[in-house]
Amino acid sequence: MQDLLYFSQQLINGLTIGSAYALIAIGYTMVYGIIGMINFAHGEIYMIGAYTALIAITGLTALGLAWLPLILIVALLCAMLVSSSMGWAVERVAYRPVRGRHRLIPLISAIGMSIFLQNYVHLAQGSRNIGFPALIEGGFNFSADGAFEMSLSYMQITIFITTLICMTALSLFISRSRTGRACRAVSQDIGMASLLGIDTNRIISATFIIGAALAAVAGLLLGMYYGSVDPLFGFIAGLKAFTAAVLGGIGSIPGAMLGGLILGVSESMTSGYLSGEYKDVVSFGLLILILLFKPTGLLGKPEVEKI
Amino acid sequence: MAANNMRHALFCAIVTLIISFPILGLSLEAKGVNITLSGAKTSTYVAIVLAAVAVFVFQIFRDTFMGALGKLPNLNPLAGREPMEQTKRVKLESWLLTGIVVFALFWPFLVSRGSVDLATLVLIYIMLALGLNVVVGLAGLLDLGYVAFYAVGAYTFALLSQYTGISFWMALPIGALLAGLTGMILGFPVLRLRGDYLAIVTLGFGEIIRILLNNWTTLTGGPNGIGGIPEPTLFGMEFGRRVKEEGNTSFHETFGIAYSGEHKVIFLYLIALVLAVITALIIRRFMRMPVGRAWEALREDEIAARSLGLSRTAVKLSAFTIGAFFAGFAGTVFASKQGFISPESFVFLESAIILAIVVLGGMGSQLGVILAAIAVTILPELAREFSEYRMLIFGAAMVLMMVWRPQGLLPVRRIQITLNKQG
Repeated sequence: MQDLLYFSQQLINGLTIGSAYALIAIGYTMVYGIIGMINFAHGEIYMIGAYTALIAITGLTALGLAWLPLILIVALLCAMLVSSSMGWAVERVAYRPVRGRHRLIPLISAIGMSIFLQNYVHLAQGSRNIGFPALIEGGFNFSADGAFEMSLSYMQITIFITTLICMTALSLFISRSRTGRACRAVSQDIGMASLLGIDTNRIISATFIIGAALAAVAGLLLGMYYGSVDPLFGFIAGLKAFTAAVLGGIGSIPGAMLGGLILGVSESMTSGYLSGEYKDVVSFGLLILILLFKPTGLLGKPEVEKI
Repeated sequence: MAANNMRHALFCAIVTLIISFPILGLSLEAKGVNITLSGAKTSTYVAIVLAAVAVFVFQIFRDTFMGALGKLPNLNPLAGREPMEQTKRVKLESWLLTGIVVFALFWPFLVSRGSVDLATLVLIYIMLALGLNVVVGLAGLLDLGYVAFYAVGAYTFALLSQYTGISFWMALPIGALLAGLTGMILGFPVLRLRGDYLAIVTLGFGEIIRILLNNWTTLTGGPNGIGGIPEPTLFGMEFGRRVKEEGNTSFHETFGIAYSGEHKVIFLYLIALVLAVITALIIRRFMRMPVGRAWEALREDEIAARSLGLSRTAVKLSAFTIGAFFAGFAGTVFASKQGFISPESFVFLESAIILAIVVLGGMGSQLGVILAAIAVTILPELAREFSEYRMLIFGAAMVLMMVWRPQGLLPVRRIQITLNKQG
């Protein structure tokens, strides 16, 4: 019973982190699916989302607002607004001019952008990590003979529910809306889509905006869950989310969700049963193994090399 | 069209406000447990508004502005002239390189100790950049974990000197060979991946090695690092005031001159210089050898190169191994120069800086890479008051380079023949 509870605790923790990873991974996978580049600065967009949310929460509290759901929703909207503007601007400034050039050029441009954004926040907000107030406290506790307690906090429940809402909304948007249909068309064949009258530039911008908005949601959730933010907060999370996207099959949206969950669970199992220090090693190791043995990921389509 | 332009410009200006105001204009401060929000200086707000206005004006007059920019007389004196003949160009380049080396040989005796120390660091970066140039510039393999091999070289020397008391000169080949071997072992499975996947996997490897160094406390000392790494000796002569190891003599006593701390710094600089020159010469040879041609062929068109019978794995692996080898070389010198190493020195940013040097210099061009290494290391030192902005400018420069001049400052020019279209 003890072991089972311990196991379920790790599972819950893993699914919590994993669903947030999935939110970030969507941004990587959508951009890759459409223009075939790794948006290296996506982790920084997520970090900026977390910072904006914290700024909004602090500001609203200072203004005397006390009703928690309102604070959270306003903070979330602010974070999404700032992050998606950033995502749009980054694409405009750093990626659009180099689109269609040799593969490495957009990637190097993205690395430069990532360094730039990290230092932008670093200079404006300082390099120290800042505590994120735990606004949602408490939770359910389950115990067996009172020895080991398994807990499911309200924060974790919030993360699950928010992720679920975002994912459902995204799926509906992609499958039902006009823009969503255009997105799918562009990701299948960008040249053909533009011949059929789709403004591909607009769709690519839309992809960056959607990805950035979801990353901002993850930024708020994970910032609150971990309890602090710092300018380097986005780098590792971005790398993990990228791993999740590759794991599920880059370019595939359900793949990114699945990949995020698997990565989150495997990470928390490592820290639960082996050692917390090596959890990053496990996730990068997983990434390398997947790329070596099944580069298309779990749900991805094989890429045909045309001569 | 005009109204459309106006709307777009307004939109851009608003986005500028949105992305700059919350982050720049409101700063978070932790006071004990509480976090407070404070406004920035008025000048910051003025700057934000000015930036938005600038974006607005630029977007409105974008077409006129870009048109005017195109009509500007080209300021580059070389533009419009026929590209220099290949043989002449190569000759000029080798004369320039020789000139730099001769200058570098005499230079340390004229300047202060601090600048010589900095110059040693520049030389280490030159070695690293020349090595990475083989991987990225010549073979076209984007390696984002290059710093891992640098770490292997540095840690090999540090650990060997700690456990076996090995000297610098013994450690130099061992460190480089081990780094090369690591490159080969890591490269073997990953090199069949395509460009950007390869980049991420190498990044992952780099992080794994750093995490291992950080957590394997019993061997590497973890975040505390390893200290007491010996300095190089000159035929058994040490450069310290007192001789540390038995059987060695000290430099100043042998030559009967007064002890000076500068001797050691200059000696280290000269070693780094010699090693950097060796690195440059060896890689220059490689570039002219069939394997060097194969690297470039594979970079330009993998399918064509393979159908001409080049083995993809062998060619890529050789580039990867040679690159790693020179990183190990540089790592050993670095460990010896610092006397202390810790995982802090081998973070991803370091890989990004070396990559930026290669990109800035013009991928594949040795002279360009050397000049870029000098610029990237020295410019931040010259503009100390801007040192906070160093990385910010650095990132922006990387983006701007890719947008405006992806071939780098001094690109390699090749003899090219293009077929004219017959009318």
